[in-house]
Amino acid sequence: MTTTDSRADRIARFPFPFPRDQYRYSTNVEPAGHSTDTVAGSWGDTRIAIDAHYHRERAERERILAEDPSRHQCLPHMVPAAWDAMLTLMRTLADEYPDTMTLARRGVGWYWKNDLLGIEHTFVFGDLDTLPAQPLVYICGQIQEDVVLLDQREGELWGDAGLVTFAADWSFGFDVGMSFLEIHGPVPRIHSENIITRAHNFLMRLEPGQSYRRTNWTLTVDGKLDTSTETYPEWGKDRRTLADGPLDEVGDRLFLRTEVQHLIRLAHSGAVMFLIRTYLLPFRDVASVPEWGERLYRVLEDLPVDMAEYKGISRTREPGMRWLLTHGNVEL
Amino acid sequence: MTTALETVAGEITGGLTLTVREARLLCPGIRHIVLADPAGRPLPSFTPGSHITVNWAEGRHNSYSLTGPSIEPDHYAISVRLDENGRGGSRWIHDLQPGQMIRASRPRSAFAPVLTARHHLLIAGGIGVTPILSHVRAALEWGRSFDVIYSFREQCGAHADELAALCGDRMITVSTPGELADRLIPALADQPLGTHVYTCGPAPMIAAVAAWARDCGWPPGRVHSEAFGAGPLADGAPFAAKLGRSGMIVPVPSGTSLLEALLDRGIKVPNLCRQGVCGECRLSVRGGEIEHRDLFLTAEEKAAGESMMPCVSRSAGDRLELDL
Ligand code: FES
Repeated sequence: MTTTDSRADRIARFPFPFPRDQYRYSTNVEPAGHSTDTVAGSWGDTRIAIDAHYHRERAERERILAEDPSRHQCLPHMVPAAWDAMLTLMRTLADEYPDTMTLARRGVGWYWKNDLLGIEHTFVFGDLDTLPAQPLVYICGQIQEDVVLLDQREGELWGDAGLVTFAADWSFGFDVGMSFLEIHGPVPRIHSENIITRAHNFLMRLEPGQSYRRTNWTLTVDGKLDTSTETYPEWGKDRRTLADGPLDEVGDRLFLRTEVQHLIRLAHSGAVMFLIRTYLLPFRDVASVPEWGERLYRVLEDLPVDMAEYKGISRTREPGMRWLLTHGNVEL
Repeated sequence: MTTALETVAGEITGGLTLTVREARLLCPGIRHIVLADPAGRPLPSFTPGSHITVNWAEGRHNSYSLTGPSIEPDHYAISVRLDENGRGGSRWIHDLQPGQMIRASRPRSAFAPVLTARHHLLIAGGIGVTPILSHVRAALEWGRSFDVIYSFREQCGAHADELAALCGDRMITVSTPGELADRLIPALADQPLGTHVYTCGPAPMIAAVAAWARDCGWPPGRVHSEAFGAGPLADGAPFAAKLGRSGMIVPVPSGTSLLEALLDRGIKVPNLCRQGVCGECRLSVRGGEIEHRDLFLTAEEKAAGESMMPCVSRSAGDRLELDL
């Protein structure tokens, strides 16, 4: 694949997150597993998305995890849920990528084959001795998604396990063990509007096997996947250098970051699985689709200060807008 | 039957078609039925304590706990007590023969083990043993700490041998409410912190266990009992929606949502979740009483009766007038 092709492909598969010129928080969930058209292409036909960046992003995850193993967390009571998540992800992969992925039952064990990585393995469900790594570590080494598992008890959801290497300005290691409502405590404006309570109620009512999805977005400098709180010293200054740097560079340095989140009720453990897949598109590519450039400008222009602050984009949105004004089909 | 490949499929309405693989009497009045996919494919996994809802006549359903293995199993097993005073569902089950096809829901969980519990105290009464059996299987698989008290009348201990073989000295059996009280009350008074108690059985027994636990100082959140009937929304009664602007009348049959009925008529209503949470499908109502079933509108908005979420909510009477 030539670079031009992969650029075109990245644009065509990008989940552009703005249906209108104004963005506010909402409980924007919809059934998963169907493809959504954009003006540039489409996205979302599968729950797990394997694309041209598979090997690069997997390697990046491995590097981050080796440097900071705390990116994987599994409270002891979540061990069954982690196995359940692994098997469900394997089943989903085998279903969505039958040419390269296989899951089959072999007596008391399971047979797993991933041709993309040349993996062939037999394991017994629940028996850690038969797996080369913890279940979440094993399966997250074979997908590009981050995974969080929520336990449901006492009428609440708790973020008790997961593997997150590509967090946008948060830290799973810090949040693990917190309730869903606590995790979302700092999000501005959502309390008065009841959005999180509604989302929480919705998740608790998900039935086994059901899957839904939503999108979220922010801006990221230099296309870094890992902008978690832990590594802030490494990437925090990028926002300043972008804001202070030449306007010309903004188109290539500033990225629109969309997270596609799948919400799946695991059938065996009853846990709710969040799959978080991160897509990054530089402003230059966003602006190459005229409708997107204009819309992104309008959304950034309209976004209230508290929301920009929470998303960590108060420094970068100005330069982003200025760049879009010159290159982005924006009519004032 | 949805195929094994659809383990995480988002299909809400899609139930299962299953064939009766085996049917036998476990003890007087209790019949065990083994159900399988007609093509032999694996069935959807389920949480311990789950049940399936069996459709036994037009619009008639009964729920039964699954007793067998739970990870992509090759069969579902239920055990059903004949209820002479019931509406006929258990009689219908007792008449099933191998080879027959039935319609059932996918498994739903209303009685899952609490994963953070330090210890599980499982109390089964009579046919209430069925979900307890699947709890015991899971507890053994994951090495969870548990004890079982099984109360049944002489000759009527369904699954008693199987359970005894699984539990060993972790199970005791009793045969009267008095005996149950004698064994259970001291046990409730002397449990490690972080124990959860689960009861499945006749309503008086569930109430008694809850009362004893309360008297022993147990917080209510640690006491669980099986409540069938929790699950998706009921089908609801049929009604008609009048579109105020065009005067068109749209009938909404039982089991069809107002949203579906409108969409079927080509009337465009934006929608997303179809679960009453996203707020996308909100409609203004001009007249008629609404049966609100959504999680989106506030209590005040519901009381005002001026808008509704047609993906889940219905008319409380036979007619609604919409601002459409
Ligand atoms: S479609 Fe989401 S509330 Fe009705």
